[in-house]
Amino acid sequence: MFPFNFEWIWDMSHMVFMGGLWYALNIIGLGMTYCIIKAVIDASKEKDNNHH
Amino acid sequence: MDSALIPKGVKRCPLWQFVLFVGAVGVVLLWGVYAMLLCWIKGLNQTNMNDFYGFALWIWADLTVIALGGGAFFTGLLRYIFGKEVLKNIINYAVLIGFICYSSALLILAYDVGQPLRGWFIFWHANVHSMLTEVAFCLTCYFGVLTIEFIPLILENRLINRVRFFHHLGHNMHEIMAVFAATGAFLSFFHQGSLGGVPGVLFGRPFAFREGLFIWPWTFFLFTWSAAACGPCFTILITKITEAVTRKKLVKDDAVELLAKISGWMILTYIIAKTIDTLYWATVTVPSKGFALEFFYSNNPLYGYWILFAEIVICGFVPAAILIFKKGRKNPVTLWIAVILAVVGVCLNRWAMVLQVMAAPVLTFESWVMYFPSWQEIATTILPVAYGIILIAIAHRYLPVFPNEPELNPLETIIAEEQEPEEAEAEPLVDQEQELKPAEA
Amino acid sequence: MKEERKHKKAKKYGMVIDLDKCTGCGACMVACMAENNVPFRADESDKLLSITWMRVYKLTNGEPFPKTDVCYLPRPCMHCEGHGGHSPCVSVCPAIATDYSAETGIVSQIYTRCFGCRYCMASCPYHARYFNWWDPVWPDGMEKYLSPNVSPRMRGVVEKCSFCFHRYQLAKEKAFMEGRREVDEDEYQTSCTQACPAGAITFGDLNNPRHAVYKKKKDPNAFRLLERLGTNPKVYYLSSREWVRWAGDNYLADEGKLKKAMHHG
Repeated sequence: MFPFNFEWIWDMSHMVFMGGLWYALNIIGLGMTYCIIKAVIDASKEKDNNHH
Repeated sequence: MDSALIPKGVKRCPLWQFVLFVGAVGVVLLWGVYAMLLCWIKGLNQTNMNDFYGFALWIWADLTVIALGGGAFFTGLLRYIFGKEVLKNIINYAVLIGFICYSSALLILAYDVGQPLRGWFIFWHANVHSMLTEVAFCLTCYFGVLTIEFIPLILENRLINRVRFFHHLGHNMHEIMAVFAATGAFLSFFHQGSLGGVPGVLFGRPFAFREGLFIWPWTFFLFTWSAAACGPCFTILITKITEAVTRKKLVKDDAVELLAKISGWMILTYIIAKTIDTLYWATVTVPSKGFALEFFYSNNPLYGYWILFAEIVICGFVPAAILIFKKGRKNPVTLWIAVILAVVGVCLNRWAMVLQVMAAPVLTFESWVMYFPSWQEIATTILPVAYGIILIAIAHRYLPVFPNEPELNPLETIIAEEQEPEEAEAEPLVDQEQELKPAEA
Repeated sequence: MKEERKHKKAKKYGMVIDLDKCTGCGACMVACMAENNVPFRADESDKLLSITWMRVYKLTNGEPFPKTDVCYLPRPCMHCEGHGGHSPCVSVCPAIATDYSAETGIVSQIYTRCFGCRYCMASCPYHARYFNWWDPVWPDGMEKYLSPNVSPRMRGVVEKCSFCFHRYQLAKEKAFMEGRREVDEDEYQTSCTQACPAGAITFGDLNNPRHAVYKKKKDPNAFRLLERLGTNPKVYYLSSREWVRWAGDNYLADEGKLKKAMHHG
């Protein structure tokens, strides 16, 4: 799964397969991070607006 | 009591009735949990699997629920990528059903493996050449996507939605849902396909083995195609069952009809491809290994040509023919028949590709071996069904799963209908109104 | 030393089993179980649950008396090479718990790596792979008789014949201590080979012209099981009887006068 696993070989199979995996994981991870951070910002903005 | 949690503008049964229903299904669930614990504590000797049947009922259940859960990715693809707006009325339910199917698949895998605590080896020590590795990776990732698709619906619960952060989170997730849906479709294509690759690459098992394209046997494409074709039928079937149980119309006909139409064409193209694959396998692949087609459908008490006929004709061409014609999909009876047949068809296909593969002998001096699951296997296979029913019941009660429901079932009409038969039944109406108050607040 | 270097290229350990010599006594099965700490249960009547790394099949030609003929066929793991080491089981294992050694041609099974998905069992047409449905329970005092060179397996993992790989390791160690690089033919022999009273099993490096198996595999009566599937097994069988050779693979009716061998027990 990681290049430091002893089974890891820098061959085409590993690069394509693991590339696909990390690509998908990154989209999911980054997408969720974006949503959460934006939600925090939006929520705090709304709070500020309410105060004013 | 729980009225503050119930979505606006819809009517739900009294809490005691709900609890009773969930409790009754819960008993079945507990039976399954007991069997699951037996398998974990005592080991897989609790099953009727043996050294001929390393793969059996559980693997079939896994392959099947994933195929049936294919409705989620395909509906998502049509809704978010191809912009079929009308499907927004059924997408929530498709996602919920997909979530149940995929979580069930992961649960089944958790007791199917001999050493569940080593399950993480499949990720850590991954063999990139194994179809099962690809299945595990994509399945887990896609389950993550389904969870992401399901979360906004949970966040729409009235109480949760009051929390500002959750409100915005749900909104933001909705906004970029197309990205998640595209990732989900990408992952689904591969894991549905890899599940087909699981039997397809077994060159030691002529009944399962298929030639193919590069590293992918034809079953890779057939499994993806059949999941995309029959998954939506399962979504429609469960929707229809839910409507029957709740005695309410929950999804507008246009959404169901569009899904049924697309599904019909998908089934038709799939079953033509499957027929070609079967013919090629029967006339080229299998004879090259020294087997006649007849060998796989004779000399045993169960597997005959009937399974092939049932899968391809009765559960393939027939539902396709019903669904591609407007008359067929508009008629409630034929629609029911078509979706049931399509679901049975995909179940039969997965059964043959798992159980029949194990049953057929390959060495000339071995014979067919039959198998019947133990009660522990049956209970643990029913367990996900019970879990699914409970999750659907909870989601239906507390979440706005069906956006059309308030419109299709206006509260005034319901209240008026209830009032009509007897004046004495006015009491629940008062309760209903009282219960509605906090919602409007 | 020069001679040794010549054969330093990949070894391919394999077997040639002379079915004309096999009497079906089962000594190979017993020796294998004792050598490899193969677990057993009090009741072994259900053969679908018995672990037999080496299993002797009984074949008959299906003819009525007096033409009835019987053949016993010992079946270890075939250590398939497939094409380029892609044996049916190795390529499917999701966790690399089984591997094809390019050095010896032996298909290994790493018990502590296997998590029991049983995909390899589904892939093996020879049924040479067995699952530990139970934890091993040894009769009182028997633990003292277990081989210290082979780790017993826990519940929930797959196991199979290893061509007594521990013996190869011991032989390699001995050779190393004696300053040699190569292991002689008689230094590494499997337990079934040595136990066979009829001398029906020959074991050695199929690539080494000095090993007996090298010549025997070229016998006109030699065949392998299910060759047509492309598994490329490393266990060869010899039989002067045509029907036995036919029983080694599947043939269409028009491919010859196939007589299905019948399995009795």
